[in-house]
Amino acid sequence: MIIGRHHGGGVIAVTFVTALLLTIVPLPEWARYLRPDWVGLVLIYWCLAVPDRVGVGTGWVMGLLVDLLTGSLLGQHAMALTIVAYLTLRLHLRVRLFPVWQQALTVLVLLILHQLLSLWVSRFIGRPGPPLYYWAPSLAGMFIWPFIYIALRSLRRGFRVS
Amino acid sequence: MMMDHRQNHIKSLRAGLSVLVYPLQLAVEMPGAVSEWFRESLATRRQLQEENVSLRTQLLMLKARSQKLQALETENIRLRELLDSSFKIGERVLVAELMSVNLDPYKHQVVINKGELDKIYPGQPILDADGIMGQVVHVGPYTSTAVLITDTAHALPVQVNRNGIRTIALGSGTINRLELPYIPNNADIQPGDLLVSSGLGGRFPPGYPVAVVQGVQHDPGRPFAAVIATPSAQLNRSREILLVWPDDTSTLEMKAATQAEEQQLEDDPEVAPEPLAADEEAETP
Repeated sequence: MIIGRHHGGGVIAVTFVTALLLTIVPLPEWARYLRPDWVGLVLIYWCLAVPDRVGVGTGWVMGLLVDLLTGSLLGQHAMALTIVAYLTLRLHLRVRLFPVWQQALTVLVLLILHQLLSLWVSRFIGRPGPPLYYWAPSLAGMFIWPFIYIALRSLRRGFRVS
Repeated sequence: MMMDHRQNHIKSLRAGLSVLVYPLQLAVEMPGAVSEWFRESLATRRQLQEENVSLRTQLLMLKARSQKLQALETENIRLRELLDSSFKIGERVLVAELMSVNLDPYKHQVVINKGELDKIYPGQPILDADGIMGQVVHVGPYTSTAVLITDTAHALPVQVNRNGIRTIALGSGTINRLELPYIPNNADIQPGDLLVSSGLGGRFPPGYPVAVVQGVQHDPGRPFAAVIATPSAQLNRSREILLVWPDDTSTLEMKAATQAEEQQLEDDPEVAPEPLAADEEAETP
């Protein structure tokens, strides 16, 4: 993976590990239903920023880890995040030029897609449908995207990740 | 995904991979563990003394109660032997702790800090001080995942402690509610009834408290009454849990064993079989 012109793979790994930790960190009951999809957000950012390094494969591995951490069906989030990564790669040239609020809307669509795919899987194995606030994490993710974007961009510039 | 859902091939893969995420779980667990350690090591002498006194009284009360329980248990076993009916007794337990990690909020699952290395197996029942909590679903080397009885995908055979009506308690997806959808309208069940595990599924040991009936609604238009129960276990508060190994030796087997022993004793006249004489009388009605 590490070729001469690539730089700062450690930073990418650290952000992903942080996202995984945030996925299972205990929250108060009311906030549990608002927890944004940290791994999805970080994955989308790195797919936009360094599409030649982070892509479908990374999405699959991260999804598998999310499955292991959250006790969902093995492959449920892996499939969803793979598709999210693929779409982000297809769109990255366009989305990169958007202003941040427009990016946030795109991110909302991608996050909803992630939730929809994993909802399909859980409905398929016979779990009951969730209430309407099941979609709240996607909205939370949209609102948090500008901050993630700024934070990760400064990280990327600071450590010259390319 | 289909393989994970339908078959068991992937279980070992899952167990192996769960080692990968164990450091992450430990890292999330750490702040809580550290603060707990500080709280314990910085507790004042007076606090400890007070706690000690209250624990002592509690122990005394429980001991007094268990004396009576032992007498009742032996009596129960003797009566069952008279009826030649099988009754399983004796279970092995292990104390474990829940790890403070949050999982999918729409599934009622918890992570336990004991795994395959402690001989935990999938399907093993877990209890807390007040009743049945759930059962283990995935086992990794160091941790395992358990599903609570209130998960929507969980069902558990129970019976009413007062009159022995058997039914099934389904998880409702709400942490303080179980549903009993298969109770006929004319069945004798009322709020306040204690539901205990019936042991019929073969997975949970019989006789442990599961829930207390909270409300019964009779709708004449429906074949079954709508019964709601509150779990006895503190599903969202307990931190210490018990893992149970149901024991398969029933009283009948024990009886066979004692009879074999008696046979031996009779063959060997050196040892007088006096203490067993009363038992023999009881066994031949």
